[in-house]
Amino acid sequence: METRKNKINTASLLLLVLFAALAVLMLFPLYALILASLKPAAELFRYGLNVRWDWALMSLDNYKTIFAGSGAAGHYFTWYKNSLVITALFTVLSLLFSSMVGYGLGVYRFRGQTLIFTLVLVVMMIPMEIIILPLYELTIKLKLINTVWGVILPFVVAPLPIFFFRQFAQGLPKDFMDAGRIDGCAESGIFFRIMVPLMAPAYGAIAILQAMNSWNNFLWPLIVLRTTEQFTLPIGLASFVSPLGNHYEELISGAVLAIVPILILFLFFQRYFISGLTVGGVKG
Amino acid sequence: MNSRTWAPYGFVLPFILSFLIFFAYPLFRAGMMSFQQVLPGDVQFVGLEHYSKLWNADFRAALWNSTRYTFWTLLLLVPVPMVLAVLLNSSRMMARNLFRSALFIPALTSVVVAGVVFRLIFGELDGALMNSILSVFGIPSQQWLYSSSLAMVALVVLAGWRWMGINMLYFLSALQSIPKDLYEAADIDGAGVMRKFTSITVPMLKPITIYVITITLYGGYAMFTESYMLWAGKPSPQNIGLTMVGYIYQQGFQYFNLGFGAAIGITLLVITLLISMLQLTVLGMFRKED
Repeated sequence: METRKNKINTASLLLLVLFAALAVLMLFPLYALILASLKPAAELFRYGLNVRWDWALMSLDNYKTIFAGSGAAGHYFTWYKNSLVITALFTVLSLLFSSMVGYGLGVYRFRGQTLIFTLVLVVMMIPMEIIILPLYELTIKLKLINTVWGVILPFVVAPLPIFFFRQFAQGLPKDFMDAGRIDGCAESGIFFRIMVPLMAPAYGAIAILQAMNSWNNFLWPLIVLRTTEQFTLPIGLASFVSPLGNHYEELISGAVLAIVPILILFLFFQRYFISGLTVGGVKG
Repeated sequence: MNSRTWAPYGFVLPFILSFLIFFAYPLFRAGMMSFQQVLPGDVQFVGLEHYSKLWNADFRAALWNSTRYTFWTLLLLVPVPMVLAVLLNSSRMMARNLFRSALFIPALTSVVVAGVVFRLIFGELDGALMNSILSVFGIPSQQWLYSSSLAMVALVVLAGWRWMGINMLYFLSALQSIPKDLYEAADIDGAGVMRKFTSITVPMLKPITIYVITITLYGGYAMFTESYMLWAGKPSPQNIGLTMVGYIYQQGFQYFNLGFGAAIGITLLVITLLISMLQLTVLGMFRKED
């Protein structure tokens, strides 16, 4: 008994050391980023990103520049607002549509069901980047170029969330549907009044996933958004380094502030995120 | 949506509309465009001209880089997260939730932010992080973003950093659905740790493994922003960072060569479809689902 207990402790300790080392390694770039945001740009030019810890150099000046909105950072909070608006709209609409479609595919039997589900899988397996040129052309034709809707609409009905909601909906109790029908509730009423609350964990998981995707999205907004005032945060941040000149001090402090909302969202919803992934548990 | 027969169609309508407008039509249009010279107000049919010009040095660089990147990310981002998830799930593991979050946090940062951080970490200056680590071992400073193989190291490290945690989370969620009694039965038969891993864990994780391989393949060939940010939106020296999507972007939005860009897109579509089919056939995904 004694030896077995010792064995457990040694194994636990080894695992602890391994994962602690890994966690340090993974969090290190973020630590370096925050450290760099407290140093003047000249320091970055001289040494690159490093871990020189020098109190004499550290200041909040880069953040002050961002908040003062002077120079290159003039539009920073406009981009922040744009990103918040797009992420909120995208996430809410994406949850609504993908839960509807996933529920429809998961609980009903109807003609064309297999075909539609196969199409969902096909869209899931083909990189959308392949069709960005015709999609760009279409966005111009629909007069959605340089607009919030141009960023949102093409990708708001996304296959992965539909897939997750379908898996989740298959596990919903069918008795509730029948009970609703007997009480004279319409199919849409059954969905919105009974099923939506039951799918709360799935909503939590997909909300984080979609908010993350939208907040961090780069290629498509880069193509659709043409004027500086319309930029989202990633596009704006990327514009701080350009062939016309680099503004690393604004870029790095701006990048730190850009992580904040998504980090808060994750910390609040991570319980749902992990349990949601589990129920969505992909079947082969 | 009041009739039970029509209700399901109402529910799936958003997907059908979105599929037709934003997927099927653009895909069809991409096929058409790839045979056309598209200029504002002037569209000409040019037949196979774009495809015949496709096999040039830039395209070969893009294909080679994307393929190499996909290969290394597959090697790094499937087995390692699987083993980490198994270790993290072990009963001997302490502070599980803490480590799960710590490893996942990089996935929350945007590729733009990650790209900036890694661009500076892999800077060519002696004081930049990677070079100062090398100097500890007496290795001279490297110009990371100026050589093909070193740049690939930077790209793969960046991918590993951003995706390790999320892939581990996928495996972790699947581990939780493996019935405990399988392991108990194996214990009774006297199976060791390795035997249990290869005979129970790996086979039971197969569906999620297929899924993780699929998204890694997809992500590998769709990679663009990482290389865009590492070279700050400028062309990389000798195209060492050019990817397939980067090539589409360059032709379409920098040279306004929409037809040629569409031809690259269609070629990439064929490549990804072939690889996906191959992978799914090898791993037996086409066997009937219950």
